[in-house]
Amino acid sequence: MADRPVKQPKGYSVRTLPGFAVLALFTFFALYAPITILVAYSFNAGTSLAIWEGFSLRWYYQAAANEAVQDAAIRSLYLAFSAATIATIAATMAALATTRTRHFPGKTMIYALINQPLMVPEIVTAVALLIVFAAVKVWTGHTSMIYLIAAHTAFCVPFAYLPIRARLETMDTSLEAAAQDLYASPWMTFRRVTLPLMWPGIVAGLMLAFVISLDDVVITEFVKSAGQDTLPTYMLGQLRRVVTPEVNAISTVILVAGAILVTLFFRLTSRRG
Amino acid sequence: MDATTNTQDSTTDAIAVEVDHVSKIFRGEQEVRALDDVSVGIRKNEFFTLLGPSGCGKTTLLRLIAGFEPPTMGAIRLGGRDISRLPPNQRPVNTVFQNYALFPHMSVAQNIAFGLEMLGKPKAEVQKTVDEMLRLVRMEELKNRRTGEISGGQQQRVALARALAPHPEVLLLDEPLSALDLKLRKDMQIELKRLQSETGITFIFVTHDQEEALTMSDRIAVMSAGKILQVGPPRDIYERPAERFVANFIGESNFLDATLAGGKATLAAGGTFDVHVPEGVRDGKVSVLVRPEHATVHAGEAGEREIAGTVENVVYSGEATVVHLRLATGEAMKARLSNAPQGGEAAPETGSAAAVTIAPGAVTVLRD
Repeated sequence: MADRPVKQPKGYSVRTLPGFAVLALFTFFALYAPITILVAYSFNAGTSLAIWEGFSLRWYYQAAANEAVQDAAIRSLYLAFSAATIATIAATMAALATTRTRHFPGKTMIYALINQPLMVPEIVTAVALLIVFAAVKVWTGHTSMIYLIAAHTAFCVPFAYLPIRARLETMDTSLEAAAQDLYASPWMTFRRVTLPLMWPGIVAGLMLAFVISLDDVVITEFVKSAGQDTLPTYMLGQLRRVVTPEVNAISTVILVAGAILVTLFFRLTSRRG
Repeated sequence: MDATTNTQDSTTDAIAVEVDHVSKIFRGEQEVRALDDVSVGIRKNEFFTLLGPSGCGKTTLLRLIAGFEPPTMGAIRLGGRDISRLPPNQRPVNTVFQNYALFPHMSVAQNIAFGLEMLGKPKAEVQKTVDEMLRLVRMEELKNRRTGEISGGQQQRVALARALAPHPEVLLLDEPLSALDLKLRKDMQIELKRLQSETGITFIFVTHDQEEALTMSDRIAVMSAGKILQVGPPRDIYERPAERFVANFIGESNFLDATLAGGKATLAAGGTFDVHVPEGVRDGKVSVLVRPEHATVHAGEAGEREIAGTVENVVYSGEATVVHLRLATGEAMKARLSNAPQGGEAAPETGSAAAVTIAPGAVTVLRD
């Protein structure tokens, strides 16, 4: 990614030790070879995932023309946008509350609670949400996208929180003191100094949350009602039937979109404040 | 000490900031008394310096005046009005921060305009004052630069201009020169004095650098362990320190044993001197101060009004030579001799017998 390599101490290098180069090559191969093959076969003219029959964009055209794909793509984007936005607002407020307040009892505990979802296995969250939402759906008879948005928002919050908090922690608090000293009210201090300076962190948090939501299968599969397929759950459904390079084409598009967002994320978070 | 003894020479001067029995206690894992019953009056248009080692409470006192912390006890008055409980944005006081704290997302001009905009000044007036300030700190050419693109000395000027632009009643400066190199620091010392006299604003300056304090201040308050030990003009602080800590912190010192009787001190090593006696010191055994540059040394036996000693070390330092002596009483003493041109009288040699002469009026009785 766009992340810069860590500066190495001069005079000592593990290059001379045996095994490092071989292991590195093997790891990169294991990580990127399957993805490379997936991308390559998305351009296959034939219907096989294993036999190359020439270059073609037919699967891209077919996926774009497929109403089920269009429907799932729009739903995925709508869901990711809604969940990421709500999660980022919540995460921004949480980050401010955990970095721009005097120490209060339970602050460490709150920090742990915000990050806990990162440590709970996704399948556990999925089952828990399934049980709760099933009860709510029976009780209210309501089956809109609200459940998916709520579920995605919940697991996106810690992802949005981390870069925003990191940004606030590296920010010099004497800047806010200076603003107050220069007659800015608490609100003006936030609007003119804190917010503009934390903005790259907020955008980074939003993009990370967006990618995480776009990518989710497990929780979506458990929470969605009938006819609420997102791109990943649509693809999962396709795998049970006949697999064509159309799945490769969709995957490639998601891959490229994700790569662009994550690259932007790293550029924003590595830029000096 | 009683602060009023130092202010009686000009009681008619109006007080800008009055610190009235202020204490500040930080309660954490252990209680820290950062300020311990501090009282001081800072006059209008004065260049006032808080001087002391790190941890003495000088920065805490500055933060209390700025409003970043409330006092635990006592009151701070600005022009007679109690401001102890006002938030920083409601105090007509501006700060130059140690690290400058310039807004990195704004240009030089936008930084300077910030305070004026927050005060709701009309655009034309903001523009005019910003231009004035840029001229005052000689930064007109760089007004559209980002603050990250200018040098440390230039950032310092912008921080000054930003704090002066709203024309505060008092300007607080928290070790603003400590990040600059020696040459730049000397220039900025002169620059700061110029700005203070041109704007007529009361400056409260915090530093741990005694030389900086002596060259720039109208008056100095020497602080230690949360207390103000002495307040006075630089000359008084240097020549008439009331306590051993003050004498030791500012300049080089010789501390000698003496007996005080009726306004005269007789040194244990010999010699009787007319002395200034600080309040509260009674006749009897006392400790006195002699500055090394107020003593001279020549080789040979001690005559009348001279003190005999042995030369232990001679240190050449360019413009002066410091002679380290051991007196007959066993006390150590240093004498600082200005260096004459080559071929002039040489300092006595290590190991030889020498005689010390102390200038009249150079003996100061200390309170401790």
